[in-house]
Amino acid sequence: MKKINWTLNLITIVLFTLFLSYAQGNFDDYTLRIITLIPIYAIMSVSLNLINGITGIFSLGHAGFVLLGAYTSALLTLEPFQKELSYIIVPIQPWLLNLHANFLVATLAGGVIAAIFAFLIGWPTLKLSGDYLAIASLGFAEIARVLANNLISVTNGPLGLKGLPNYTNVYWSWGWLLVTLIAIISLVKSSYGRALIAIREDSIAAESMGINVFKHELMAFVFGAFFAGISGSLYAHWLTTIDPRITTFGPLLTFYVLIMVVLGGLGSITGSIIGAGVFALMFEYLRSLEEPFDIFGIHVPGIPGMRMLVISAIFIFIMIFWQKGIMGRAEFSWEKLLKLFGIKIKKPSLVEIYMKKEGESK
Amino acid sequence: MEVSALSGATFLQNLFNGLMFGGLYALLAVGYTMVYGILRLINFAHGDIMMMGVYFAFYASLMGSPLWLSIIIGVSGAAILGFLIDRIAYKPLRNAPRISALITAIGMSFFLESVAVVVFGAVPKSFTSVFNDNNKWIMDKTWNILDARIPVMTFLIFFVTAIIFLILFWIVYRTKIGMAMRAISSDIPTTSLMGINVDMVIGFTFALGSAMAAAGGIMWAMRYPNVFPYMGFMPGLKAFIAAVLGGIGSIPGAVVGGFLLGLLEIFLVALMPGAAGYRDAFAFIILIVILLIKPDGLLGKKSVVKV
Repeated sequence: MKKINWTLNLITIVLFTLFLSYAQGNFDDYTLRIITLIPIYAIMSVSLNLINGITGIFSLGHAGFVLLGAYTSALLTLEPFQKELSYIIVPIQPWLLNLHANFLVATLAGGVIAAIFAFLIGWPTLKLSGDYLAIASLGFAEIARVLANNLISVTNGPLGLKGLPNYTNVYWSWGWLLVTLIAIISLVKSSYGRALIAIREDSIAAESMGINVFKHELMAFVFGAFFAGISGSLYAHWLTTIDPRITTFGPLLTFYVLIMVVLGGLGSITGSIIGAGVFALMFEYLRSLEEPFDIFGIHVPGIPGMRMLVISAIFIFIMIFWQKGIMGRAEFSWEKLLKLFGIKIKKPSLVEIYMKKEGESK
Repeated sequence: MEVSALSGATFLQNLFNGLMFGGLYALLAVGYTMVYGILRLINFAHGDIMMMGVYFAFYASLMGSPLWLSIIIGVSGAAILGFLIDRIAYKPLRNAPRISALITAIGMSFFLESVAVVVFGAVPKSFTSVFNDNNKWIMDKTWNILDARIPVMTFLIFFVTAIIFLILFWIVYRTKIGMAMRAISSDIPTTSLMGINVDMVIGFTFALGSAMAAAGGIMWAMRYPNVFPYMGFMPGLKAFIAAVLGGIGSIPGAVVGGFLLGLLEIFLVALMPGAAGYRDAFAFIILIVILLIKPDGLLGKKSVVKV
């Protein structure tokens, strides 16, 4: 079965890469932008799901890590002359001016900075329980935003950073999603991941079984923040303009990511990806609500804000009537998919495995 | 950062400002603490209920109602809204995992904000229109006390807040429904066995908390006449911090925590003018520090984890 899984995974990846290279050449810009955005959202939601859904720490600070990643990598990819031009209020710190790196290094740096901050913030706050942690992490994200607004010589303050090179394309974003998935799935499948799930189910029982709850939670938190930072870098170079407004990196972004996670199913990695895809498409589709349209000869003017209204109503509806989301806690597996098409793979029974081992040792 | 010294007059002025801000935080914090005490739910939408109350009062006065009627409309509108939100969104989740209710509360918060954007518009509006020629003096008049110029409004807000708290304490500690609220906060199943309509009492708690939040919000808007859909977000979070500071679940704690947070914030800005931009971050640092040093807050009861 393992061999079949590997082959099927590899085939999917190759086919998907072919599809992406076809898309790059033939699709229009608007479609391409959405195809690029979906994996960025997916990285955000998968990494939040590792923290919220798999480890069961309810963090509301994801936007803060995304912001850290975005600013770090933006400061690295901007050319020195661009920085000099755009820092109008207060000149940039001299040590920052000549720092420059390519997109890959800048993205990694974004992830690392976010992870370092997650470690610093996680150390005191993870000792708190449930609800307090939620507020404290939300507070951390707000602190990050307040800093971005006030440390003008570093972040250019409320003006934000403009003219970032538009590096993020379909290959970068889908490639990083693949890396994220490999890393997080291997983490979840390792003994650490089992411990994380044990902590989610009952942290007191897990503690008494000898799992160091604090250490594991901190690890999951830092890991999740790292990928949030990566997504921040990709997002920044997708937007090409970043600023510390509430709507860009504030609680609204955390709320969006939370919707994706809950929509897909809290605790399911596959679900998070589906949730991100559905959210991105729905968000684009609902844009039509805010544009004026004609119905039966009556002109209806565009209503700004209608999109958020519909989305938050859907969200509340999901929470009340359909808490499992699309996937619940289930994960995608080739076995189930093949079964759907009537192909059954014979799993070796325990006896056969034992016999085979016996044979090997002889 | 530069620390500046305070003269007697500025001290007095800041003290009154701090007390006013603190009173407003306390009004909001009480609503949080009552709901948290009963349901163990952070009602994220609390600040947004306040915002809706302010808009109700604003539109009532635009339609020509006098100030006192606008205030009554705003406060009772918020109370009804709080009651309905509990019925529609939180009641179906009473037996669900606590995290579901918390997520729903976050959703509710954004729902109210976007309703406000769609219905009232995203552009900030000036609340000064609630004052007509007869009561314009409330806004402009200042009193001189020991060289400090203190707006009458500051006193007014402080005294109204005090009266509201007296009424609240009377309700919670001297009436039957208050007794039911306190009983529910210690044990829901047993209370329901005693023949108390638990849902009605919870609904009443939401209505009471929301009414107080709206009263606070309306006074806030009179002092700083700027009404916009996201105005409830930050005060809401800070009021929660105030509730935690005083010990969540304890009503006197929320009052003390609210005043303390207001005073701390105002004096931080007064002593270090350069730190004014960091004022919002400061409250969260207080939260983390207080949770690490004294997780049950200043007046909170020690909570025991049952295994």
